Amino acid sequence: MSSLILRTAIRYLFPIIVLFSIFLLLRGHDEPGGGFIGGLLGATAFALFAIGYSVETSRRMLRFELHQLMGVGLLMATLSGVVGLILGEPFLSSAWIEIPIPGRPEPFKLATYLFFDIGVYLVVLSITLMIVYALAEE
Amino acid sequence: MNWLIVSPIILPLILACIMLILWRHPVWQRWIALAGMIALVGCGAGLFGVVYSNGVQSEQLAGYGAPYGITFVADLFSSIMVLASAILGTAVTVYSMTNIENRRESFGYYPLLHLLLLGVCGAFLTGDVFNLFVFFEIMLMASFVLLTLGGERGQMEGAIKYVTLNLISSAIFLAAVGILYGMTGTLNMADLSIQIAWLAENRPEELPLLTILAMMFLIAFGVKAAMFPLFFWLPASYHTPPPAVSAIFAALLTKVGVYSMARFFTLIFTHDIGSTHLIILVLAGFGMICGVLGAAAQNEFRRILAFHSVSQIGYMLMGIGLMVMLAHRDDEVAHHAVQMALAGTIIFVVHHLFVKPNLFLISGVVERIGGTGELKKLGGFYKSEPLLAIMFLISALSLAGIPPLSGFWAKFILVLAGLQLEQYFIVFIALLTGLLTLYSMVKIWAAAFWSDAPEESPVHNAAHMAHARHGLRRMIYPIAVIAVIIVLFGVFAGPIFDVAMEAAAQMLDPAAYLDAVRFEEFSPTLGRGEEVDS
Repeated sequence: MSSLILRTAIRYLFPIIVLFSIFLLLRGHDEPGGGFIGGLLGATAFALFAIGYSVETSRRMLRFELHQLMGVGLLMATLSGVVGLILGEPFLSSAWIEIPIPGRPEPFKLATYLFFDIGVYLVVLSITLMIVYALAEE
Repeated sequence: MNWLIVSPIILPLILACIMLILWRHPVWQRWIALAGMIALVGCGAGLFGVVYSNGVQSEQLAGYGAPYGITFVADLFSSIMVLASAILGTAVTVYSMTNIENRRESFGYYPLLHLLLLGVCGAFLTGDVFNLFVFFEIMLMASFVLLTLGGERGQMEGAIKYVTLNLISSAIFLAAVGILYGMTGTLNMADLSIQIAWLAENRPEELPLLTILAMMFLIAFGVKAAMFPLFFWLPASYHTPPPAVSAIFAALLTKVGVYSMARFFTLIFTHDIGSTHLIILVLAGFGMICGVLGAAAQNEFRRILAFHSVSQIGYMLMGIGLMVMLAHRDDEVAHHAVQMALAGTIIFVVHHLFVKPNLFLISGVVERIGGTGELKKLGGFYKSEPLLAIMFLISALSLAGIPPLSGFWAKFILVLAGLQLEQYFIVFIALLTGLLTLYSMVKIWAAAFWSDAPEESPVHNAAHMAHARHGLRRMIYPIAVIAVIIVLFGVFAGPIFDVAMEAAAQMLDPAAYLDAVRFEEFSPTLGRGEEVDS
């Protein structure tokens, strides 16, 4: 679709959508959001490029190959579970380190759960785009 | 040592991810896949060792107790299955290096193989019905793609039947899971065993519904296991993909169905053995006869093997079905015979897990050299490939049940149990099926191996033979290794029988299974025994 309005809009929408998807990903621990919905939203940003410009442009924007991205995501999610196993807990047990932040009384807790969610984000993003590209190229 | 229980699930998953990252390098994927399979054999052997010496093991993922958390349980039966699947996976991976063309390799053949193993091992080890469903789906997704990889016309035809029937069975499975949860409030297998025993004692009016539910599960697993009359997808699809894929399918897919059925109808649905297990026994008898008669009418190497799977599944179900006698007799002899019948099922499953894939692997070599699987156009393999002929003979005679090979002991134990339980009719069918199996195997032997090669056969073409022989060693070695396993299986039948008897004892008496699962202290369903009826 070579609509000037769409193309111009995408240029402004793209960073907003991607940022919002990352916001949803990070917020998803206790509140609505998480890797799945974040990944879907992230995929729409790239899907818009596939619609407005071409699948090629969209692939170039992504930089990574989809299979590899999916592999990395799945690996990340699995390894986040293995961390618990290494610490002597059952598989998938959560583990975290506390990073003190100067000027704040509470330290920042970096949990394996975050990496699990990032993994889910990448898997959902790549599998959605795989489907979208396949349909667009038909 | 509890990481051992989850290792057969984590290992294939991690390796599949690494192979996805190396998407552009199929040659690297080969060696990673092989190393992963060998490591999986190690994990399986370790798990079997631990379970054999320390009894049933369990693990609650993330530390949440049953019935809330995800449970993994390894008893003897499941650890034996994991070990056997891993050994077979290794053999098929080596075989695939020659048998699977580059175009299939570059579309993710090896990652899919590992994902298939992930689903299979997960289904063997899970202690939760919903997780069983999920692992079934993982296995089916991987198998759908493996079946259609390459996109040949025949593959698509087979895949349509396979996918449709399996999706229907998944839908029935899911519906049954939902109803089960509605009735009992739990999906943890150990908890279900307790709940259903409680229902049988306190609410007999709910039992008919429970029996219907058991039948829904029987249908769902029956489709996956290719039980009579739900087997149509199997002969329609197994001969279409490359032989390596046929072999891994024949080894694992139906076994997971049989395994789940054995698990459900020993641990969970034992409230009405008299009717549920009778149905299994009758279907087992029909399956044996139908499969073997179907095979007798076929004239293509792999089609004959596929139909035989149906009749072999009948034998496996016969062991489960013989439990029906527990409803009528409660003496020592009957208990021992039922335990022996279940041991027979276990031995049969493992025996078939090696023998049938080996025949498929041999069919792959024959098709590669002879250019076709049609028996009429084949011949002369005894002269040109004497070693292959001997390996075929070992596998085929084992399948037919000739002593002293593995198949003989598996059938012998089942028949003996049937005789002790005075189920003469099913024993007769089993023996008749064995005879007809021998007929089919001799048919293949006579046509492909013993007779002379026909005039128009490509074996007379030097260029074709040079191409076919290239890399053939990697196809022959795995076949030879499995043939040795089959022979050893027969030689060490005594110790194997002892292990199988112990595994059967664990299945018949769920106490060890229930003890192994760690329940949460506050568990609402557990206290239902004292609950006031609302």
